[in-house]
Amino acid sequence: MNPTIGVIVFPGSNCEQDALEAVTSLGADSKLLWHDSSDLGDVDGVIIPGGFAHGDYLRPGAIARFSPAMESVIAFARSGRPVLGICNGFQILTEAGLLPGALQKNRGLKFLCKPVKLNVQTTNSVLTSQTTKGDSLTIPINHFEGNYTCSDETLKELHDEDRILLTYEDNPNGSIGDIAGICNIERNVVGLMPHPERACHPLLGSTDGHPLLHSFIESSRS
Amino acid sequence: MEFEATVEVQLKEGIADPQGSTIENATPKLGFNGIENVRVGKSIRFTITAEDEATAKETIQELCEKFLTNPVIENAIIHLQGAE
Repeated sequence: MNPTIGVIVFPGSNCEQDALEAVTSLGADSKLLWHDSSDLGDVDGVIIPGGFAHGDYLRPGAIARFSPAMESVIAFARSGRPVLGICNGFQILTEAGLLPGALQKNRGLKFLCKPVKLNVQTTNSVLTSQTTKGDSLTIPINHFEGNYTCSDETLKELHDEDRILLTYEDNPNGSIGDIAGICNIERNVVGLMPHPERACHPLLGSTDGHPLLHSFIESSRS
Repeated sequence: MEFEATVEVQLKEGIADPQGSTIENATPKLGFNGIENVRVGKSIRFTITAEDEATAKETIQELCEKFLTNPVIENAIIHLQGAE
């Protein structure tokens, strides 16, 4: 049976259809879940997509984290099931306390929208299990607040616990340690600023998002 | 009692402030000299009804921790004034 991936939609989300299309093209069932309902249905994995949830008012993710759906996502994540936050979704996961650190305005204050090269640092996560360590993936970024920051202690923990999944080959935004994506201690909650769902068709210029989303779908299956 | 509250949200020391440095770099070009250590924050104003000043302050502190700031990168300074 195909796993079902739920994609949470907030007012201001704008990548939910891309995420839905990408996971469906990889063989998963998928459905959109409105943020105002705490009922996630019987989904096997959850994606929090990119965009500007609640207009990014106050801070990106600050208001979205209090949505009824997020309370269920937090419980879902705590039960060990896979949760993926892409871009604004990553910001929401840090605000919700499911991932450490925070995303700041880019170094240089430019909104960045371009393909970047990422290096896979570990295959031990729900996002990278179907990749090979050292793989170089070309995936687009599209953000103003993607400059990952955290305390020195947190950075040491991320390193020591092998929780940095993806790094930028050529750091575009000032992220500490060139970090593009991380996971939680249990390795089932992942967040990244680049958009794998926008690198899933030759017409889009890259299919390097496939191994990442394929990993996520496979993790949702088990 | 009703109080007027102003919460100043600032980036913690040591956290890079790209907006602050951009403003700082522009000042000499505009003929303003001696401007240093520019930090950009935000100011949030509201009224709060509470039994007394201490209770109001306590509520606002909790509001700041849970919602108005991201404690990973931001601090809050709370100003309270009796409105009545």
